[in-house]
Amino acid sequence: MRFLVALLLTALLSFISSLYFEWWVIAIVAFIVGVMVQQKAWKAFLAGFAAIFLLWASLAEWMDSANESILSQKIASLLPLGGNSILLILITGLVGGLVAGFAALSGSYVRKH
Amino acid sequence: MRVVPFLVSTVVTAGLVFGLNKRWGAIPAMGNFLSPQHGFWQNAEATDHDFNADLQFPGITGKAEVYFDDRLVPHVFAENDHDVYFIQGYLHAKFRLWQMEFQTFAAAGMVSQVIGEGDEGQYLKYDRSMRRLGMVHAAELTLEEMNKIPAVKAQADAYTEGANAWIDNLKETELPLEYKLLGYKPQHWSNLKTALLVKYLAYDLSGADDDAEYTNARNVLSAIDFEKLYPVIQDSLKPVVPNTPDNPYPKAPAFNLGKPAAADSTYFTFRKDTITNLLPQPDKNNGSNNWAVSGTKTASGAPILCNDPHLGLNLPSIWYEMQISTPDFNAYGVSFPGAPNIIIGFNDSIAFGITNSGRDVKDYYEIRFRDENMNEYMFDSVWQRTEKRTEIINIRGKKPLLDTVAYTVFGPVIYDHRFPISQGSDKYYAVKWKANDPSNELAMMYEWNRAKNYTDYIEAIKYLTCPGQNLAFASKNGDIAIWQQGDFPAKWRRQGDFFMEGLDSSYLWRGIIPQSENPHMLNPSRGYVSSANQLSTDSSYPYYTGNSFPVYRGYTINRNLDSMHHIRINDMERLQTDNYRVLAEFSKDILMQVDESKLGNDEKKYLDIYKSWNFRNDISEKGATVFDIWWKELEIAIWADEINGSNLPMPWPNESTLVESLHKDSAYRFIDNIKTPEKETLQDMLVISLKNATEKLRKAETEGKLEWARYKDTKVQHLLKIPAFSRLHVPVGGGSGVINATKMDHGPSWRMVVHLKDDTEAYGVYPGGQSGNPGSRYYDNFIDTWAKGEYYTLWIMQQSDGIEKKVKWVMRFAKG
Repeated sequence: MRFLVALLLTALLSFISSLYFEWWVIAIVAFIVGVMVQQKAWKAFLAGFAAIFLLWASLAEWMDSANESILSQKIASLLPLGGNSILLILITGLVGGLVAGFAALSGSYVRKH
Repeated sequence: MRVVPFLVSTVVTAGLVFGLNKRWGAIPAMGNFLSPQHGFWQNAEATDHDFNADLQFPGITGKAEVYFDDRLVPHVFAENDHDVYFIQGYLHAKFRLWQMEFQTFAAAGMVSQVIGEGDEGQYLKYDRSMRRLGMVHAAELTLEEMNKIPAVKAQADAYTEGANAWIDNLKETELPLEYKLLGYKPQHWSNLKTALLVKYLAYDLSGADDDAEYTNARNVLSAIDFEKLYPVIQDSLKPVVPNTPDNPYPKAPAFNLGKPAAADSTYFTFRKDTITNLLPQPDKNNGSNNWAVSGTKTASGAPILCNDPHLGLNLPSIWYEMQISTPDFNAYGVSFPGAPNIIIGFNDSIAFGITNSGRDVKDYYEIRFRDENMNEYMFDSVWQRTEKRTEIINIRGKKPLLDTVAYTVFGPVIYDHRFPISQGSDKYYAVKWKANDPSNELAMMYEWNRAKNYTDYIEAIKYLTCPGQNLAFASKNGDIAIWQQGDFPAKWRRQGDFFMEGLDSSYLWRGIIPQSENPHMLNPSRGYVSSANQLSTDSSYPYYTGNSFPVYRGYTINRNLDSMHHIRINDMERLQTDNYRVLAEFSKDILMQVDESKLGNDEKKYLDIYKSWNFRNDISEKGATVFDIWWKELEIAIWADEINGSNLPMPWPNESTLVESLHKDSAYRFIDNIKTPEKETLQDMLVISLKNATEKLRKAETEGKLEWARYKDTKVQHLLKIPAFSRLHVPVGGGSGVINATKMDHGPSWRMVVHLKDDTEAYGVYPGGQSGNPGSRYYDNFIDTWAKGEYYTLWIMQQSDGIEKKVKWVMRFAKG
């Protein structure tokens, strides 16, 4: 239950604050949620990771399908990922997820004795 | 708190954020770049994106509507001049901001600021060459001229205001993709930037010269050889304006054009100075076709005007198609993002098309300075003072470079000891370039867009001083005309082909040819006017008009138009996309002399392909590839020993020179390879060149590239040359010396056919798309149509058409 709360809270607050702040606000959000919602460290990491992985990957997937992959194919050949849009979406999620995961992990250690 | 794990994971988090928030060389800050709410995903425009908008700006004075059709072409209806140019600036910025600004950087020599100094400092060298050419200085002068005519100033002001209305409301997340990739932000637009872009057009069209190469050639070759390799007039020349009894050239020059007394001993003779530091130059292929046929030759009895400007094939495209109108005028065609007006197009009364004149208006003079400080130079036996201009060149990732340029009576000193013409040289050369004089191209375009008849057209074109252009014209009242317009220096033969003495005024231009003596034609009896960058006149014109002009497109166009009658639109479209290579026809009798008994099986195979070829550079023709390679190899076999022997940059002879020389002179002296003891004959060279060609053909065949389009491999490249943002391997025919002048990365950048019936009919296409965003479906959606040689029907909307089904989106502008 706490895992789900942490995950949803992180995703929701990250989405809203990203409308106004720079991308790394996801680290701050995940950290705060990590402090507020007490869980085992590995669970906190996983909640933060999954929240932003899902948020970023699903936003990217949504934009990509509306765009019929016109841009993602180009960026995926530039990066280079062999023009693979799916891989680019997964990497998008992975990068955001790692930042949020470690930030949440830090948060979880704040109140641990 | 668990301090150690906390610290460890916090350091990891901070490291991740830091690493992802920082550029690593060319790699953008990946955190921001990948974030779907900030980075490139924001530029993934939905394919059903809604472009409808209700917009309010304090600057708008009336009400205005923009109707977008299904190709995203805007049709602008405004109540007054101010609003129509405001909206044009707004739309250019909305769809093409990155390109607009980047091109001003290219114009002003500020590329290193954005992308760094480049491999071996290539971008820095480019920037320095542009500063030393005086581009910024020239733009400042142009701005002063613009401000002198109130309507032109008002137009530029409104355009800038509109562009800034977009820029000011642009959120960081909405920045064009290239800004995100390169990591910088747009600055405000200004009238100076518009002036810079106007100068960039002048640079693109009149900035190419080969004076350095010709100077080397003069120093290496004998005078007789030089004239043989680089003749001024080609046998197959059909000048833009022929000398005819009813339209004769001026009989004598308006100035004394005797060459300086000492020219034979100092200017035309062999000297030891050589030039190795060639500066970046605009593409010498920049050219175009235009023609207008009168009602006597068309099926409808109404004139038809056609134009296809040949420029670098780039994305975002150099052109942005639009219709702009107020109650006073209604113009349709292509505009140039960064500048107001329609540049090539038509209005309700006339149509206008341009090609480059290619006249040489850029010459170099050797300056003698008193000392290295370049404060004083000798001119007409007196020490004259220079003016200095210090250019600050910002370089990404490095300290700025200060480059001081001295200005003389000739112009800026482009080469000096800090920017040497050859390694270790301490010679000084100033460049005199017509584009450095004040000019008012915007005034021409402004009036051109509103011209109603030939008289208006004549008044409008007088504003054009540089770059000189062949301006084709047709009107609904039946007139057709062409003027080669510009300020052209009155020159003696070969003046300015080589670097000149700058010690006194004897080598200066003697004056500017009176405008009325510029080559022109109105309603000629042959029923058409045309131009394709060939020489405008033959040798009976009393002024020297320069060397090295392409001749075959003009020849082919005129040969076709001479025999065409009852012309319809599709005849014109077919001519504009014609792939016939007339050089192949002219040279066939020479190549067929090859002695087949000396050929191997592969040579014979390719010879057979060539023999059965129809002289057309169509997509799947293998003969076109065989001919192209074989002819190049023949040129190399005949000339390379003489021309490349000096290891200096030298000009390669014109496309027509070899075939015309061999037809005139069977004992052409260059045939013999001077590096071998034997005396080679043309037969030997035909065999040698076909054998050399066969090696290349075999390789091409193995790679599946024997068919012409595969061999030529046309691409439309993003301005940053990023392959992922470019369209590669475009299946398209054409080539050099062919009306459809589509080469590897250069070609028809807009094809337009306008039929001036009571209700104008017009067709057009360009190899790009209306959006500059690589994430938009409208980024490159015209390319396939263009490659197939097809056209779109241009919809000349009347506001009374209202919101009919051709309108997909409406943008309304109001005061607010």
